[in-house]
Amino acid sequence: MGKFTEDDLKKDLETKEYEYGFYTDIESETFPIGLDESIVRAISKKKEEPEWMTQWRLEAFKIWQSMTEPEWANVHYQKPDFQNISYYSAPSKKPKYDSIDQVDPELLDTFRRLGISLDEQKKLAGVAVDIVIDSVSVATTFKDTLAKKGIIFCPISEAIREYPDLVKQYLGSVVPQKDNYYAALNSAVFSDGSFCYIPKGVRCPMELSTYFRINQAGTGQFERTLVIADQDSYVSYLEGCTAPSRDENQLHAAVVELIALDGAEIKYSTVQNWFPGDKNGKGGVYNFVTKRGLCETRAKISWTQVETGSAVTWKYPSCILKGDDSIGEFYSIAVTNNYQQADTGTKMIHIGKNTRSTIISKGISAGHSQNSYRGLVKIHARAQNARNFSQCDSLLMGNLCGAHTFPYIEVENKTAKIEHEATTSKIGEDQIFYCNQRGIETEKAIALIVNGFSKEVLNKLPMEFAVEAQKLLEISLEGSVG
Amino acid sequence: MELKEKFISSFLAVDDYLNEGSLVHDIRSEAIKNFEATGFPTKKSEAWKYTSLKALLRDDLSIFPKQEATVEFRDVRKYFLHDLDTYKIVFVDGQYSAFLSTTTHEGMDVCLLSSALTKDKYKAVIENYFNQVAPQHGLNALNTAFAKEGAYIYIPKHKEVDKPIEILYFYTGAESALMLQPRNLIVVEENAQVQIIERHQSLSEHAVLTNAVTEIFVNQRAQVDYYKIQNDQAQASLIDSTYVKQERDSVCSVHTFSFGGQLTRNNLNFYQHGEHAMSIMKGITLIEGKQHVDHNTLVHHIAPNCESHQDYKGVYDDRSTGVFNGKIFVEKEAQKLNAFQQNNNILISDKATINSKPQLEIFADDVKCSHGCTIGQLDEDALFYMRARGINEKEARGLLMYAFANNVLESVKIPELKKRINRIIALKMGVKIGFDL
Repeated sequence: MGKFTEDDLKKDLETKEYEYGFYTDIESETFPIGLDESIVRAISKKKEEPEWMTQWRLEAFKIWQSMTEPEWANVHYQKPDFQNISYYSAPSKKPKYDSIDQVDPELLDTFRRLGISLDEQKKLAGVAVDIVIDSVSVATTFKDTLAKKGIIFCPISEAIREYPDLVKQYLGSVVPQKDNYYAALNSAVFSDGSFCYIPKGVRCPMELSTYFRINQAGTGQFERTLVIADQDSYVSYLEGCTAPSRDENQLHAAVVELIALDGAEIKYSTVQNWFPGDKNGKGGVYNFVTKRGLCETRAKISWTQVETGSAVTWKYPSCILKGDDSIGEFYSIAVTNNYQQADTGTKMIHIGKNTRSTIISKGISAGHSQNSYRGLVKIHARAQNARNFSQCDSLLMGNLCGAHTFPYIEVENKTAKIEHEATTSKIGEDQIFYCNQRGIETEKAIALIVNGFSKEVLNKLPMEFAVEAQKLLEISLEGSVG
Repeated sequence: MELKEKFISSFLAVDDYLNEGSLVHDIRSEAIKNFEATGFPTKKSEAWKYTSLKALLRDDLSIFPKQEATVEFRDVRKYFLHDLDTYKIVFVDGQYSAFLSTTTHEGMDVCLLSSALTKDKYKAVIENYFNQVAPQHGLNALNTAFAKEGAYIYIPKHKEVDKPIEILYFYTGAESALMLQPRNLIVVEENAQVQIIERHQSLSEHAVLTNAVTEIFVNQRAQVDYYKIQNDQAQASLIDSTYVKQERDSVCSVHTFSFGGQLTRNNLNFYQHGEHAMSIMKGITLIEGKQHVDHNTLVHHIAPNCESHQDYKGVYDDRSTGVFNGKIFVEKEAQKLNAFQQNNNILISDKATINSKPQLEIFADDVKCSHGCTIGQLDEDALFYMRARGINEKEARGLLMYAFANNVLESVKIPELKKRINRIIALKMGVKIGFDL
């Protein structure tokens, strides 16, 4: 055997590295950019997940690799580079600012106008807060009340560890891993989200909200939500918040699954106000979300959403009306301004007998934005006496924006009753004139008219949300006219 | 060999044989290239999501019949509006039948496309209008490449045509597996008025596939009233693409009555290039068995102050399927617009299916656009009311369905035609509608 030289050693090391493949340090707070199997494993390990969960993620990852990004939506954007994203980053424990004076005054102004309390403002902007903040004690009280009723409300990572049976049974049952490109991606790399279980016959005494979630740490860009309402239970769930989120993550691909068992009712409300990019359409969040609910017999799922943020939105909260006599509802307001693009709507799949669905969608476009409603109402051959009512109204401000409607109606049963109507209009000059004459300035008048236009949907929001959402609409459309 | 390749390779021979001069030759060569690039539409394409041509496009289809066929007047008499004096342009298996036709060159041209394409006299019109509005891809390109016959109608300025023009295509079925490519060119000059009735009729039970393309140019203040009657044999399929270009103050209405055929696909497209143009599209679909009718409409609003109305009614029985895919596209210049779209459907049988997709794409703010779509049943209360007054159930249903379709029928401006369609509807519903219109 020859002499072992330095060159040989070098060579050896090179091959060695190759042999072991890419190495990920799971202790680090932020993972290196890129996505491969080892990253998926590392996320799973970081979350201390059991083996079945890791396998489930890997399965999703394999499916994702074989898929291509969908292009059918009526939006145009620079495709994200999936190998240029870090898929896990621990929420930073260090506050961003030491005092509220350091926060961007523009942001604070928005907070003030939305009527958010000072403490909450601090929290939202990432200012270090004192121990004696109300919501913490409130949260603890809430937690007790919920526990007494047997309601489980916790981060999904905790649920995977604590309630594996429930998670195993329902995770991916409504949105399977292979459902679509972004759902597959989410299934592989989701970092956290909420889990909620309402036991049989329990009426959840309060609006569950991410505001008061016990583990408030950053939700991450790949959120996974699973809500299970057992027989004859009721829950109202609020997601998001009206305050503008200055999030640095460009791509958000969340998955929400709702399961309403026999006689249960789930009300899911969303207010989305991610960073929409600046006035010239630079930057902004891509929001590609899959939301779907499954209704068993006599169950009801109601989606309410107010979408004002994100540069690109691609979202279709849907209901599968599997059980007889089940009900699906969808109420939506989508506002786009500047260069925002939204392609949003719903799918109502009627499978059971005597199923009913209602769709009310209000689109408001201003600036250079494009706003599309895309919906599907499908009545299966066995869905006797299905009933659907859809209404899609669009409001246009200025002639640089666009409003589009793409409703799909597929009916295979003769007893179905379907009504669909859509209108497009603008704010009448006479309406504005009327307001001006009575001393209401144009900007205020527009806010008034827009609020009236959106009333049907705003009414469906829980009260405190509705007040904020109303103000939010006003702010979103600021400067869009005149 | 696949059908597509077969068609492409047969093009050279056809082109030689037609020998039409450089202008048309260039158009055809370009078209076959486009067809080669785009091919036949598949269900993957959004516009063909609900209609599959797969079963129809068999490899033994041929474009031209090998032998000439003739028909006797008494065999086809019933397809003419015989109680009405009309101009007639009649084709049998794609060939012009001089014996059945009544054409004219007096003050206007109601004649053949083949002569218009070859004679110098028509060169200017062909240059300006032929193949100018139909987009050149897929089936349209195929038609452009091979179409050698069809109607050519030219109405000069201020001419009000004294009687309706009938365009009839008969298929004898002497040869099976024909894919015919009729092509119509209709130019209506300033302030002129014309009524046209188009019908495709198969005379046997042999399968036939027709890929028709019609281009209509409606110039300033002109008025065109167009009726399409589709009541064909159960083995006949029709893909009918119509493109209408409208100038200012013009009015064009197209009524489509789809009562028969195996597969019927209507592509009806309006392009409004001038202000104050008005487009009307109406249709009644009444089908049964395994029939399939697909209405694909587009109104492209380019100029301001225009109007468009769409009203489509459908009644579907047995295993029939209906598709309505309507689109209103509003450019940002097309302000002060009024666009309306309505699609109502009734399913009679449990196996029948309807897919409806009314779309709006709007880039202008000062517009009034709306669409409505309903799917439902006959009103049980109304039915009960009639039965309580001694009208039997079948009759009562027939009456209600008749009433359902009536507001489309109402706008038919030729009384004889209205009567004829009335009779077809009554026959289809198996009832005697006792009031005369």
